[in-house]
Formats: sequence, C-alpha cells, structure tokens
Amino acid sequence: MGKKLLIHNDKVPNIHTLQVYREHGGYASVEKALKSMTPNDVVEEVKKSGLRGRGGAGFPTGMKWSFLAKPEGVERYLVCNADESEPGTFKDRYLMEKIPHALIEGMITSSYALGAKTSYIYIRGEYFYVARILEKAIEEAYAAGLLGKNILGTDFSHDCYVQVGGGAYICGEETALLESLEGKRGNPRIKPPFPAIAGLYGCPTVVNNVETIAAVCPIVMMGGDEYAKIGVGRSTGTKLISASGHINKPGVYEIELGLPVEEFIYSDEYCGGIINGRKLKAVIAGGSSVPILPAELILKNDKGEPRLMTYESLSEGGFATGTMLGSGGFMVYDETTSIVKNLYTLARFYHHESCGQCSPCREGTGWMEKILHRIVEGHGKPSDIDLLWDIQRKIEGNTICPLGDAAAWPVASAIRHFRAEFEEYINNPSKIKDVKHYYSVNQLAGA
Amino acid sequence: MEIKFNEEALATVNKIIARYPQGKHKSALLPILHIAQAEFGGWLSPETMDYVASILNIKPIEVYEVASFYSMFNLKPVGKCLLEVCRTSSCWTRGAEDVVKHIEKRLNIKEGETTKDGMFTLKTVECLGSCGTAPMLQCGASYHENLTMEKVDALIEEYRAANKQRSYTDLDYKNTL
Repeated sequence: MGKKLLIHNDKVPNIHTLQVYREHGGYASVEKALKSMTPNDVVEEVKKSGLRGRGGAGFPTGMKWSFLAKPEGVERYLVCNADESEPGTFKDRYLMEKIPHALIEGMITSSYALGAKTSYIYIRGEYFYVARILEKAIEEAYAAGLLGKNILGTDFSHDCYVQVGGGAYICGEETALLESLEGKRGNPRIKPPFPAIAGLYGCPTVVNNVETIAAVCPIVMMGGDEYAKIGVGRSTGTKLISASGHINKPGVYEIELGLPVEEFIYSDEYCGGIINGRKLKAVIAGGSSVPILPAELILKNDKGEPRLMTYESLSEGGFATGTMLGSGGFMVYDETTSIVKNLYTLARFYHHESCGQCSPCREGTGWMEKILHRIVEGHGKPSDIDLLWDIQRKIEGNTICPLGDAAAWPVASAIRHFRAEFEEYINNPSKIKDVKHYYSVNQLAGA
Repeated sequence: MEIKFNEEALATVNKIIARYPQGKHKSALLPILHIAQAEFGGWLSPETMDYVASILNIKPIEVYEVASFYSMFNLKPVGKCLLEVCRTSSCWTRGAEDVVKHIEKRLNIKEGETTKDGMFTLKTVECLGSCGTAPMLQCGASYHENLTMEKVDALIEEYRAANKQRSYTDLDYKNTL
C-alpha cells in the first residue's frame, strides 16, 4: 500500500469538523510555519519538494511562487482554483467535501509563504453544497484564531473567502477565473502579463489548484527533501486520481507517483479491474483533454516498457503514442465502448464550454460537434475523417488559452488510434444503427 | 412578484460585498445573481437583473453580459425543480441517455421543456464532477448519484409531493459521494 498524505483520514468520522481534524494533527503546518519558519523558508521547502501543479499543467509550484512580484505597498493574493470541471475529474470535490480543513490549512500556510493578506477559493457553482462545507470550516477556523487578525498570536493576519462560480468550464483557466472573480464573463486574458505580475484586481496573484495547496501542509511538516523521496524522478509525492468509467471500483485514490498503470487498473486496492471481466479497450488518463490511448499503449509504452503513473512516463512517445497525467481524471473504457460516440460527447462538451473569444475554437468546436453528430447518426461522409483532422489542426495552438488545444487533442488522438472505427461508422451506417454503445443503468445496478 | 430582497437576503448580500476591497464590489455579481435567482422565481428576468445592477451600482449591461455567459443562470422561466442530467463521457458510459429518456417518458416532456404544471424542467448538462458515481443528476443544491430508474422515479415523486422550488443556494442538500 502506498503512502497517503492528503486523504489518509478520509474515513475518520467527523473529520470535516475542526476538532476531529486537529485531533488528527490538523493545522500543525500553520503552527510550524508561522512560529518557526520565515515565509521564504516555506517557499524553499516547496521548491525542494518538487511539487508540481495538480490541476493539470504540472508546472512546478515552487517556481510559480517565486515568480510572484512583491512591490512595496501593493496587495498580493492567493486564489485557489476549485473550479474542477474537467470531465473525469472529481478529486478536489472529494477532498473539499471530506476534509475541508485540509484546504483551509493549506490556504493559510501558503498565504503566509506568499505574503497574501487575503485569499479566495473560487469553486464551481455546481458545487454549491461543497462551498457551504468550506464556509462552515472557515467559520470554525476564525473562531479558533486560525484565521483573522494575528493568527495564533503571531503578526500574520489573513482572511479567506469562498466565491462560487456560475457554471463555466473555462473558468478553470487561471486568467478566466480571475475575470470571473472580478464579476465579469470568463474570457481568458492575453498573457503576458502573467497573474504573478498582474492578477486579481491588477495585483500580483498566485492561482493554485485545491490539491496543490493541500499538499503544501505535508511538505511543510515532513520537509521538501523528504517529500521529494516519494515518487519517481521529477514526479514527486502523491497524487489524487479520480477513476471512473467501466471499472469495478470508481472513486478517488491517492497514489504514490510511479505506480504502474496496470496495477492501478486491475488491483483490488484501486480500480478493481474492468466491469464484468470484460477487456480493456482504451483509457483517458488525465481528464478529457488529454489524448485517449488504446489498451496496449496505456499499459506499455511504444518500447514495451510498463507505463507508470508519472508525468514523464505517461507522456513518453509524445502524442504519437503517449498522453499526459493531466488532472488525474482517469476514465476507463471497456471493449463495448464506441470511441466515436464517446468522442462525440466530448466534442459537444468543448463546443458548449468554448467562451467564444477566439474564432478557431468558437467555430471549430461547433464544426467538430456537428460532423461527429452526423457520423454517429449514420450520415457520415468518407471525407469527414480528414475534415475533422484538418479542423483540429487549425484550432491547436491558435487560441489565447489552452481550451482550444484541449478540444483538439481528443479528436486527434481518437482518429490517430481508432481510425478504423470511424471508417466503420461511415462505410456501414446500417450496422451501427440501433446498437447501444453504453451500459444500461439497470444492467449496471445488477452487476 | 415584487423584485426586492427581503431583509435576510439583503444581509447576506451585504456580507458578500464586504469580502472584496473597496471599489471592487462588482466581484459580488455572481454570488448575488445566485441569490436573486433563488429569491425571484428560479430565473433571472430583465427586472431582476436591473435590480441587481442597481444594488451593485453598475450598468444593467454588465449584469446581462455575465448572466448570459454562465450556464447556471436561467434567462427564461423554469419549473420549480430543474432536473439537470449530466451527459458527458463517464456518465454516458454508464447510461445517462437512459436516464434522460426515462425522465422524458415519465414526465411527458422533451429535454429543455417544462411540465404543464410548472413542476419540472428537464435539462441536459455537461460534466458536474460526479464521474465516479455516474449516472447522476443535479437538482438545486443536491447531487443525486449512482442513479437507477427506481431512484429517479422515487425522486420525482418526492419532489412532486414537496411541491417547492429548488435552488442552488438551498441549505438542505443531499449528496451521496
């Protein structure tokens, strides 16, 4: 069993309350950081830990923190990105719902490191009830002197607020999130300037994912060097993986980075294998935006070596044969799945979520959805596959924010690895008509 | 319906506005729109949006452009219970299409429509972060997960009997994670 640092106490009764959380060692990192470390010490430990952004991009957190501008007399902000909206991803929801104080503790410790007097947790609007849980936790923290003026009798004062969004995937992009937090439409900003220089209200701002901020607490407690010993190479520490799809045990798992993919899928400790003993067909390993890989390429890379759950191993082979760890939204598809129909649900998603600011994304996502719709309805044309390929090529890299790339990659990878299935749809529409491409609900309930 | 917050709602609104630095009160727009939608019939009429603009001392267009951007704000009336069924990949693989068809048949409406008695509106939505407990639907603040047709039927009966408007801001929520 691997080491757990974030959700090891998730089954403890009432761990969502401050009292039980503290009984299990909660808020020790606030105590340690504020009383025995300088802000810079904390930043140094995070740098040493090798922690990388857990929202999907995997950018080194310590480096991101060190970019934060610190002009005299200007407010700095920490903003937590809890806009978890990437299909397949529900790890942050789990963490916030089960152990809300783990995030609040991380917010205080991280804010101390960054010199932020105010922080905001921007949470997706659909998670309204989770926002209630966080607000309750914040209230408890204020009452215990862990938030507010002179925390634990030190000079450090801090306020933390929860902000609910309005239901927009794009607000997971950090500059769109900041726009939304300012009460505007979630249109991503042109960068530079980066938020570290001009973020919320034009002030230097760090935006970090929920899991990233929560990971700061164990790093402060065990030290960056110790944390970096967990994992493989530049993939240090533990990672929350949210597993879903055709597996026996969907859910959120904390793994040590470096776990073999095969073990994650088939071990009873994790996903518990494929439903009904069926064969694995494909996996989207890091949220819907990352390339889908067929079974043979997700279990082993193109050199035949076992694929590991690390940033590097999953991306080995580039996009030709690899993918990305992304957000850890691990979606598993068995042999009955129609890759084309599944791709259609994703193309529809990206079309719905495109903010409309850049033409390639606004128009391209719509065209891809329409073309895929006609293919799954049995009206596809032989030229449609190349047309889809052409459109996604023209979106990728040509937009202000990465949503364009995120919309292009699923299409590209599905065609790259499952072209024959597209051809089948187009050449034999009568064969695919009326075929059910998913499990019926009652079939699963009986399983 | 008079478009004016009651004292309790107004107190919450003022508390929200106080979260932001001086002059940055526009940040309160999304949270206040959620409250307004819950207070004034489950949707944002032009009158409601104008009222929110007046509270924040911003131009009505600043409210319209935001309300029309985010999918949680209804710009047309909806039923007391807005049933939002997730249909993206993981939910799809576990039978979301069945759930939609079942509700359509049961309530005799199509996706996007409202029942004649104004009780239910059916909407399909994109990923709600409930992939491990798929299929699911959201109604107000509650997540209903690991759905079966029996659960859907029971839920519809329960909501019909309670006969009350469900909002994202409701304090009584159900979740099964």
